[in-house]
Order: sequence, then structure tokens, then C-alpha cells
Amino acid sequence: MLSAQFETDMEAMLHISTLHYLVLGAALFLLGVIGVLTRRNVVIVLMSIELILNAVNLNLVALSRYWQGMPAHMGGGPGALHGQVFAIFVITDAAAEAAVGLGILIAFFRNKETVNVDEVNLLKW
Amino acid sequence: MNPVATPFFFYLLAGIMIIGGILVITRKNAVHSALALITTLLAQAAIYLMLYAPFVAGVQIILYAGGIMVLFLFVIMLINIERTQKERQFNKQWLVGIAAAAALGGLFIAVYTKGKTLFPEGRVSYEEVQNTQGVATLLFDRHAGVYMFAFEIASLLLLVAIIGAVVMAKKRI
Repeated sequence: MLSAQFETDMEAMLHISTLHYLVLGAALFLLGVIGVLTRRNVVIVLMSIELILNAVNLNLVALSRYWQGMPAHMGGGPGALHGQVFAIFVITDAAAEAAVGLGILIAFFRNKETVNVDEVNLLKW
Repeated sequence: MNPVATPFFFYLLAGIMIIGGILVITRKNAVHSALALITTLLAQAAIYLMLYAPFVAGVQIILYAGGIMVLFLFVIMLINIERTQKERQFNKQWLVGIAAAAALGGLFIAVYTKGKTLFPEGRVSYEEVQNTQGVATLLFDRHAGVYMFAFEIASLLLLVAIIGAVVMAKKRI
């Protein structure tokens, strides 16, 4: 026999709210942070940064959806798409970051013949 | 139009995204990581569709999965990947890194369990509107376009990125 607490938990699991999307974004963010902090390959570090940016984008779009459901006097309504506009700006930023980062990576590889982050120590004091 | 089987699709896409993310940070071969990242990005585009954001979903597919990831794959092909596969994949501080990430995860869990009531029933009931037109109104409209200046600054950012990429990839820097 199922307890009442379990049933309400299942109900909350099956009813997809804004919090579900935020938790998914947090999980992706954590994966990206682990990748940035532990990997040696610069390409994979850059990909982890893309994961982090995507987690932020997911949060922005989910909260934009949440805000659209707010009453109009609080700034809500169907036209409240600010989060989505921000997500587009973040995607622009990610494109710029990837282009410059990969350019730096090519210059670095040409000089040192490696792609490991811990061998980038020219500026280390 | 009412969404169909939202929990099923949410958990399916969330599972694909999490597994893709784990593969990105654990694979030895950078090409496999890039392919896993493309899968994650496409699943995320589907999640945007579930959130009634078709324009952002299209931008995600065209720009992220189509543009940025091609750039990544191109650079992976340019650099020598055979040698890096034989080396150690994780750095010496990996334990500290995972501990720091776990601390951050604990912070997230604390925030989301304490702040659960901030997000009451997220069910929104409004008619599906022209999403792309709404985004364009915020970006370009003469009166309602609050982000027009930011949009122009974004073009400047892209110009800087182009110059930076060209200078960095020059033969002698």
C-alpha cells in the first residue's frame, strides 16, 4: 500500500514545473564545472564551458516561460520574452567565445605541440 | 495546442542530456565528446520546444549544433589527437575539482529545496502566441524594443571575436 507522502511525491514528479527545468540546468552546470576542473584536454575544457553556458540558457528560457504566466501588472503576459532574448545573447557570446578560444588553441598547439592545459605555464610565476 | 505526455518527454530528454553531458566529460577521444555534446544540444533544443520557445530552439540547432560544433570538430581534426589519447586524461587536481563541484552541488540542492515555494505550480495557461514576432519586437521595435542597443553591441562583440580569431590563427604571432 502506498503512503500518502509517496503519492504526493509521485504527483510532484509527474507534474513538470519550472523547478524541474531548473534542476536539470543545475545538473548540466555541475557536469560542466567538473569537466572544466578535471580534464587536461583544452578542447574538452572548452566543450565543458559550452555545457555551462547551455545550462544557463536552459534556466533563462524556463524562467521566461514561468514569467509569461505571471499577471500582466507584474510584467508578465505572452509578450514577456526577456529570458529568451537573453538566451539569444548568451548564444552569441558562446559563438564569440568558441571562435576566440579555438583560435588561441591553434596558436598554442603550433607553439608547443600539445593540447594539455597543465602545460600552459608560460605566464606562471 | 495542449502538450502531450509532458512528463515522459521531459524525463526522456533530460536523461539524454545528462548522459550526453557525462559522456562529454569522460570520453578519451575528443571527437566522441563533440558528438555527445551535439546530442545534448539537440535534446536541449527539444526542451526549448517544450517550453514554447521555438525561435530559441531553431537558433540552438542552427548556431550551436550546426555552427559552433562544426568549428569544434574542425579544430579537433586540425590538431593531432592520436598522441593526446595515450596520455593521462585527468589532471592532478581532479579530486579537489570534484570536491569543489560537490560543494557547489550541495549549494544548489540547498537553494532548490529551501526555495521550492518560490516556484508555485508552474502550469501556465495562455494561448500560444507568435513567439518569433515577440522576440523580434523586444529586439527591433522602435518603441517596445528595449534590447536594441544591446543587439548592436552584440554585433561589436562578434566583430572583436572575428578579429581575435584571425589574429590568433595567423602564422606568426
